[in-house]
Amino acid sequence: MSLVVRNLSIEIDGRRVVDDISFDVPDGARVGLIGESGSGKSLTALAILGLLPDAATATGSIRWNERELIGLPDRELARLRGDEIGIVFQEPRTALNPIRTVGRQIAESVRIHEGLGRRDAAARAIAEAERVRLPDPAQIVRRYPHQLSGGQRQRVAIAMALACRPRLLIADEPTTALDVTIQAEVLELLAGLVARDGMSLVFITHDLAVLSQIATHAVVLEDGRVVEHGPLSRLLTAPASPVTQGLLRDATATLWRPGGAA
Amino acid sequence: MSRFAWLRRLWALSTGRFGLLVVLTIGVVALVARFWLPFDPQAVDVDGRWALPGWPHLLGTDGAGRDILSLLMAGARTTVWVALGAGLVATVIGVALAALGALTARWLRESVAVLVDILIAFPVLLIAMMISSVWGGSLWVVIVSVGIGFGVNIARVTRPELRRVLHSDFVLAGRAAGLTPFQNLYRHLLPNIAPVLIVQLSWGMAVAVLAEAGLSYLGFGAPLTEPSWGLLLKDLQQYISVHPLSVVWPGLAITITVLGLNLLGDALREATDPTLTRRRTAAQTHTTAVIS
Repeated sequence: MSLVVRNLSIEIDGRRVVDDISFDVPDGARVGLIGESGSGKSLTALAILGLLPDAATATGSIRWNERELIGLPDRELARLRGDEIGIVFQEPRTALNPIRTVGRQIAESVRIHEGLGRRDAAARAIAEAERVRLPDPAQIVRRYPHQLSGGQRQRVAIAMALACRPRLLIADEPTTALDVTIQAEVLELLAGLVARDGMSLVFITHDLAVLSQIATHAVVLEDGRVVEHGPLSRLLTAPASPVTQGLLRDATATLWRPGGAA
Repeated sequence: MSRFAWLRRLWALSTGRFGLLVVLTIGVVALVARFWLPFDPQAVDVDGRWALPGWPHLLGTDGAGRDILSLLMAGARTTVWVALGAGLVATVIGVALAALGALTARWLRESVAVLVDILIAFPVLLIAMMISSVWGGSLWVVIVSVGIGFGVNIARVTRPELRRVLHSDFVLAGRAAGLTPFQNLYRHLLPNIAPVLIVQLSWGMAVAVLAEAGLSYLGFGAPLTEPSWGLLLKDLQQYISVHPLSVVWPGLAITITVLGLNLLGDALREATDPTLTRRRTAAQTHTTAVIS
């Protein structure tokens, strides 16, 4: 099950925001999309799931498991979403429905894709909450999102994305909105789950330091174009483009700042 | 938490308890009045005019010897029918306008928003007078005019709410979990605007009760043959200096019903929104911290 992106371009109101990018995510690979904000990383992620806003159009090719996703009817895409491809968004505060319990949201994709009933889904939600190491899973699934901390909410979002054991996880800046200490915990959890399930990962970030802890390869984007790509070990030691060099400088600055994340 | 947890929260609020009891009582009375009344509300009894509250006329009689309790119970039927009818019309108009104003192409939704802003300037009373001057006074005039007048209000409040929810991440997350647009509407959009709708509906019914009484009082509403609290109030008010007690009953009925619906609306707003309870607890904690 591999993801192959070829010559992907995205236009919003005639403006090209993603310009002819190509990259591969082989089965089980962990690839980072890195760049400053506005470089088109998140739109690329949404394009993979067919969730671009109405004003945006994607051209080119996104093949998942030899199947072309661009132009696929929404009904077909809905079958893949949450089942084969999961996504974790940046902001856990808004990514959860405020008036539904955490458990029902975790079990949502399971109920859709595996046809589980209410009772089975509730039991499954507890198991999934345990898997992302939420404290007191049996109780926490009955809570509402606002009763949870930011870190707990992001764990819920991860549990939602992984409930159906997708083969590809897209993580769109999943730690950016969190405190530094929580960031490290969530990152470790994510890395552990990805490794355990052997799923592929597309990790979107602007932080090379974060990326170095979870990905093996990286695609560096600037203004919607790929400026450099390759194994992370090489990008960290011998960055070729000025963009990568800049990201590396930022990352080392974070390392040296008092209280900065390692 | 069960899906009826909000009902328990509603009952825990004193305003919610009062509102719910009032609304249920009026509903039951109206239902009973459909099949049974203590006296025929139109039966004239010349010897029993202006009887004081007692047995068998619990609330006394009016100037024609009609039993006031029976008149009020028959009027409750009208009130409930108008409140439900106006509420239904207002919801349909409100949700339709809000959906048009939130989910369609840009030019259409902007025009609808402007239309709503214009319509909102027309008072319910004015709409009722315009309609009744063409079709004559009837309960339908009240239902339609309150339906339009309050439907526009509902649209005004629901539209931004719908747009906010539509653009929230959890709707996107819902689609990312594999929900089809319809499932998303049913599971994420409607439940998130439902509290707003229910609260508005409750307030709308209060307006309808008041409008029915007011319009009937002014002659734009219920025809004279129809039992109505507004008409009864108008009848009895003429004798307020001679028999002040009798006019209290329809006035009290209207006031308590409107108050009950209003308080129910307030309480519903608090009970159906889990984030509101949190804010209240947070505020309380804060106060405690300041005091200690």
